[in-house]
Amino acid sequence: MLGMQVSFSSMFRVGDGPEPINVQAASIEELMQALLLRYPDLQTHIDQGVAVSINGQIFRDDWTVAIPADAEVYLIPRIEGG
Amino acid sequence: MTHDNSYVEKDYKVVGSRVKRPDGVDKVTGKARYGADVSAPGGLVGRVLRSPHPHAQILKINTAKAEKLPGVKAIITSADLPDLTDGDQGMAHILENCMARGRALYDGHAVAAVAAVDEQTAAKALKLIDVKYKKLPHVTDVDEAMQPDAPVLHENMFTRGVEPAPTKPSNISARTQMGYGDVDAGFAEADVIVERSYKTEQTHQGYIEPHACLASVNPDGTAELWVTTQGHFTFRNVCSKLLGLEIAKLKVTSSEIGGGFGGKTHVWAEPVALALSRKANRPVKLVMSRDEVFRASGPTSSTSIDIKMGARKDGTITAAVAEMRYQGGAFPGTWAMLGCMTAFACYSIKNNRSIGWDVVVNRPKVAAYRAPSAPMAAFAVESTIDVIAKEIGMSAIDVRLKNVAREGTQAPYGPTYGPIGIENTLEAVKSHPHMRAKLKKNQGRGVACGFWFNIGGQTCVDLNIGIDGTVNLNVGTVDVGGARSSMAMIAAEELGIAYDDVKANIGDTASLGHNDTTEGSRGTFSSGMATIFAARDAIGVLKQRAATMWGIPLDDVEWQGGEAIATGDMHSNLPALTLKEIAAKSGRTGGPIAGHNEVVADGAGMGFASHICDVEVDPETGRSQIVRYTVVQDAGKAIHPDYVEGQFQGAAAQGIGWALNEEYIYGDDGRLQNAGFLDYRIPVCSDMPFIDTKILEVPNPNHPYGIRGVGETSIVPPLGAVGNAIADATGVRMTHAPMSPPRVLSALDARDAG
Repeated sequence: MLGMQVSFSSMFRVGDGPEPINVQAASIEELMQALLLRYPDLQTHIDQGVAVSINGQIFRDDWTVAIPADAEVYLIPRIEGG
Repeated sequence: MTHDNSYVEKDYKVVGSRVKRPDGVDKVTGKARYGADVSAPGGLVGRVLRSPHPHAQILKINTAKAEKLPGVKAIITSADLPDLTDGDQGMAHILENCMARGRALYDGHAVAAVAAVDEQTAAKALKLIDVKYKKLPHVTDVDEAMQPDAPVLHENMFTRGVEPAPTKPSNISARTQMGYGDVDAGFAEADVIVERSYKTEQTHQGYIEPHACLASVNPDGTAELWVTTQGHFTFRNVCSKLLGLEIAKLKVTSSEIGGGFGGKTHVWAEPVALALSRKANRPVKLVMSRDEVFRASGPTSSTSIDIKMGARKDGTITAAVAEMRYQGGAFPGTWAMLGCMTAFACYSIKNNRSIGWDVVVNRPKVAAYRAPSAPMAAFAVESTIDVIAKEIGMSAIDVRLKNVAREGTQAPYGPTYGPIGIENTLEAVKSHPHMRAKLKKNQGRGVACGFWFNIGGQTCVDLNIGIDGTVNLNVGTVDVGGARSSMAMIAAEELGIAYDDVKANIGDTASLGHNDTTEGSRGTFSSGMATIFAARDAIGVLKQRAATMWGIPLDDVEWQGGEAIATGDMHSNLPALTLKEIAAKSGRTGGPIAGHNEVVADGAGMGFASHICDVEVDPETGRSQIVRYTVVQDAGKAIHPDYVEGQFQGAAAQGIGWALNEEYIYGDDGRLQNAGFLDYRIPVCSDMPFIDTKILEVPNPNHPYGIRGVGETSIVPPLGAVGNAIADATGVRMTHAPMSPPRVLSALDARDAG
């Protein structure tokens, strides 16, 4: 399983705040599971809608997406549009 | 089958051309069937009774007299729409918005509905329904709603995102903060600091076709809904949940759509029509009047925004702070959050912070409107950048270029941008002949930039090849801006056949897997991707059939230019088989030939645009006339340039209307004063010059054709561009949109008074 640093769009208050944290995950699904284990309060944000940016590419729905090693990973709000 | 969505450069034969639109004849001859254009045997007319009060407790609804009126077949209240939302707060708000539950939260809130044999009977029945209200204090202004003594709409709403968590309810649903760097240090580096406050008024999407549907619910739990919508699959899911129907038993068909722009991404009257039909056991057609559309379907937020930006004399913006207040109508939204994500997105600003306050007021529930929330934030930021440019004596375009976001810039919401086109659009603006055109007396010129996300999402496409070689393409994203044409072009490109041999249709919810709503500029991006993959699947089948017809291994067959080619020393003398030849034999070689794809089309690109606006301001009336307007936007790849230009022009026109005239006007009584197109003035042809366009193509690396969404971004710059042009023409900085004649005249008078 790959280790990575996950950053949070600063609207998310996770753990000690918006500082990046280290997580072991090979996919978005594993990332979410790992984050929820450490920060159960994150569930509120997930319920309200989150997306994951991997190297600048935004994934809203598909949690099977693999996360490459050394990727830039951000949790950001889920966007809709008009 | 897994497909690669990476961009691959190629020469196109069909894509990029300007073929005839497939829906044109039906639309100009009146044959196209919109939401109100169907009826059913035994169909009833639905009408809705709406609250005349902006905020009231509903003490009692007496329907006895109305029920006795001959011709009335059903009357419903919230009691006929029991709460099945299982604690889902968002869904509960949708339910309460569709039909008031013990309280009316805005002027126009539905409180009861009638199904009757005709329009007259339904209207008469509405008058016979007796509703006893207890009026409550109301608030319609976003700033007033945030005051500690404001009447509170929701006693269970406590502001999220504030520490410590509030112990008292308020109208502030959430606080959002974004950004990075040290803004105080940034301001300390600045030679110039500019602070301004702005307001924008509430506008409506102004689609010409009102909300309309035909609902039919059967006693066995099956149901059908014909509806004008941007997302029939989403409507199916929401209506199923609210009505307690099984998803597979509710078939939703999207009609032609007479404009949506975000306003038809949400259900309004559709659950009501279904509930009426269920109670009457007859089909019910429900069409909103224009008054109802304005009073009870989703306008955009009104806002109040403070901006502080600091810059060095060389134009470098050293720090930027935005504090933005957006009202979401009577129910909480995430509109201020979107303002935070977009406000500074065009720029690389080392120290930036955006704070957003989402607020509820006694107005209709806000809906998305084309790049929702971005135009207001951009109005404030783009206006302030021009003020900075003037103070440091630098061209406003050069200040923007000095700070422009590029590949590798960190977005205000966190991630790093991939390849983006904002710098390209600004350079194109700078070198455009429009910028060198001479201005006349009372005229001024303004430039502004805009950003909006694109989204992808769940998508499902079927492609079926007939025995004559023509192709039916079934897509599930509603065609709001020419998608049928673009999808047919993409299928033709992939298969190597003529555009006229492909017929694209919008499938109903019973014929395809789930498709997300056509929103977020996603239609062409995501259905385009699925169409490419479905066509490639079909090519795989075609190759297999050719191999069978020839009696050679599949590996020795290639697909080139719409034909199967036999390769290798053993078979290269075989004549090619065209798609039509293979299709003609399909019944004897394995049956129908089809391709299919379901995909979560992630990887949507970012949309950026820069606009140039020339305006002439009449000093006697304050009226501003747009005399020339140019849109430059990155499309990634323009599949059908006519449609892309049309999206640019339409978005700019809506932004200009917002900038100059459009606004919801509420009286002290909390009631909407201008619920009609006579008093709510959208631009008409005589208001507008021809809007010039320039399409740039910076490919999206995450789409096989490089497509980016194009539908929304160009509504973002006009408010700033118009404001900057007015400032150039008059020397007066307008900070309140719309910059309508009375407001401009007042500002001119204030200027002249010194």
